[in-house]
Amino acid sequence: MEFMQPATWSEALAMKAAHPEATPIAGGTDVMVGLNLDHGRPESIIDLTRIRELGEWGSDDGWLRIGAGVTYTKLIDELGDRLPGLAMASRTVGSPQIRNRGTVGGNLGTASPAGDAHPPLLAADAQVELASATGTRRVPVREFFTGPKQTTMRKDELIAAFLVEPAAGPQQFSKVGTRNAMVIAVCSFALALDPARRRVGTGIGSAGPTPLRATEAERFLEGVLDEQGSWDRRTRVSEAAVTRFGELVASAARPIDDVRGTAAYRRHALSVLARRCFTWAWAAA
Amino acid sequence: MGVGRRLKVDCTVNGSRHVADGVWEGESLLYVLRERFGLYGSKNACEQGECGSCSVYLDGTLVCACLVLGGQANGRSLVTIEGLDGEKVEQAFVEAGAVQCGFCTPGLVVAAHDLLQRVPRPTDAQIREALAGNICRCTGYAKIIAAVHMAAGSA
Ligand SMILES: Cc1cc2nc3c(=O)[nH]c(=O)nc-3n(C[C@H](O)[C@H](O)[C@H](O)COP(=O)(O)OP(=O)(O)OC[C@H]3O[C@@H](n4cnc5c(N)ncnc54)[C@H](O)[C@@H]3O)c2cc1C
Ligand code: FES
Ligand code: FES
Repeated sequence: MEFMQPATWSEALAMKAAHPEATPIAGGTDVMVGLNLDHGRPESIIDLTRIRELGEWGSDDGWLRIGAGVTYTKLIDELGDRLPGLAMASRTVGSPQIRNRGTVGGNLGTASPAGDAHPPLLAADAQVELASATGTRRVPVREFFTGPKQTTMRKDELIAAFLVEPAAGPQQFSKVGTRNAMVIAVCSFALALDPARRRVGTGIGSAGPTPLRATEAERFLEGVLDEQGSWDRRTRVSEAAVTRFGELVASAARPIDDVRGTAAYRRHALSVLARRCFTWAWAAA
Repeated sequence: MGVGRRLKVDCTVNGSRHVADGVWEGESLLYVLRERFGLYGSKNACEQGECGSCSVYLDGTLVCACLVLGGQANGRSLVTIEGLDGEKVEQAFVEAGAVQCGFCTPGLVVAAHDLLQRVPRPTDAQIREALAGNICRCTGYAKIIAAVHMAAGSA
């Protein structure tokens, strides 16, 4: 095993180009578990923690561009007001020790269907910035995940950052687990409302081979809110419409039975999470 | 490939320079601390970030040493239970009866110390939240929470 510690981003990209099989390591909260439990040994490791800009964020044409190495703790502290949905999800990740080290870049890199950062990024229509020695491209999060732990990232690429617009309206995140901390989601749901653009965004976690959007549910809710003129006047939304929204979210999931829960339970729980998230978001709108 | 012992880890631990040669590239900081530097205060229980018994400060940030790669600690500054300015917390743990077998105690003391630095007078909920990543198999946590309140009171 080789240990590489690039000091700059261009060095890191050159190393990844020369060693496409190398495993990058950021906070190590996924990589180290694999190493400690000896689930296979990588050919080589590229430590990304020396690259200063990966741990920084800034704005980019009205969007926030957040380095792949920004930890959950930093995100909560510095961006919690601008990205409330992602901050809520970040607060549910592990423990303080995990949030102090773990990064959204690492969450995207692992691409677990249960990754808690994914639903809010989907709901907010975020983009992932991938870089290689030969160039940079931006991929919508909704196209990033291709299967369980699989993404569109090429072997010569690294995740530089993700881009997301500051919240334009209320956002919510909710997660089901056996305890209030240190749990992998049984299922989770994120909602983002954008009243100015009359848009509803959703993200479903841990209930399919990849994180998913509930597109039909989004269009349905947009239709209800448009029809009632609710976006501007915040009128009450009927119980029936909220229930239907929950059903459409549940039907967008593609869950399986596993140790954490059954597919049927996940669908049911998702309909409840979707209703709750909307009710909370609407109350705050 | 095999196990090449090729890495040098050179860092500051509890204020003094520590160097280990021939560290395996996949070795955790926890292993380096315990087996190479002989600092056995940080405990090894799960090696997967679940129990918090290996909690240390890495450049002032509370982390699980088992989830840091040895090489990542190069040039960094660490504080372990051995070098922690943690007497107030330790004393409170003893007085509150928050220590039984003691295996979880070093990690809990470091995590409680970190909380009190950020939040001098934490509520019950804040204590539970801050210690959620530390497992104790003996005490049932009530006395640990009491100990943190006690340490906060004497601050
Ligand atoms: C005790 C514990 C509790 C946890 N709880 C949760 C939880 O509640 N919710 C949750 O979602 N996750 C949880 N996790 C998983 C983990 O903390 C997260 O997935 C975290 O976001 C990983 O970030 P990291 O920086 O530590 O990643 P690392 O472990 O460093 O890397 C993870 C993966 O991403 C790749 N990678 C990292 N950075 C880049 C980059 N810039 N470019 C390309 N690839 C990259 C790595 O090669 C690796 O495949 C938990 C883990 C532990 C140990
Ligand atoms: S040994 Fe590190 S968290 Fe358990
Ligand atoms: S006192 Fe025994 S594990 Fe906590």
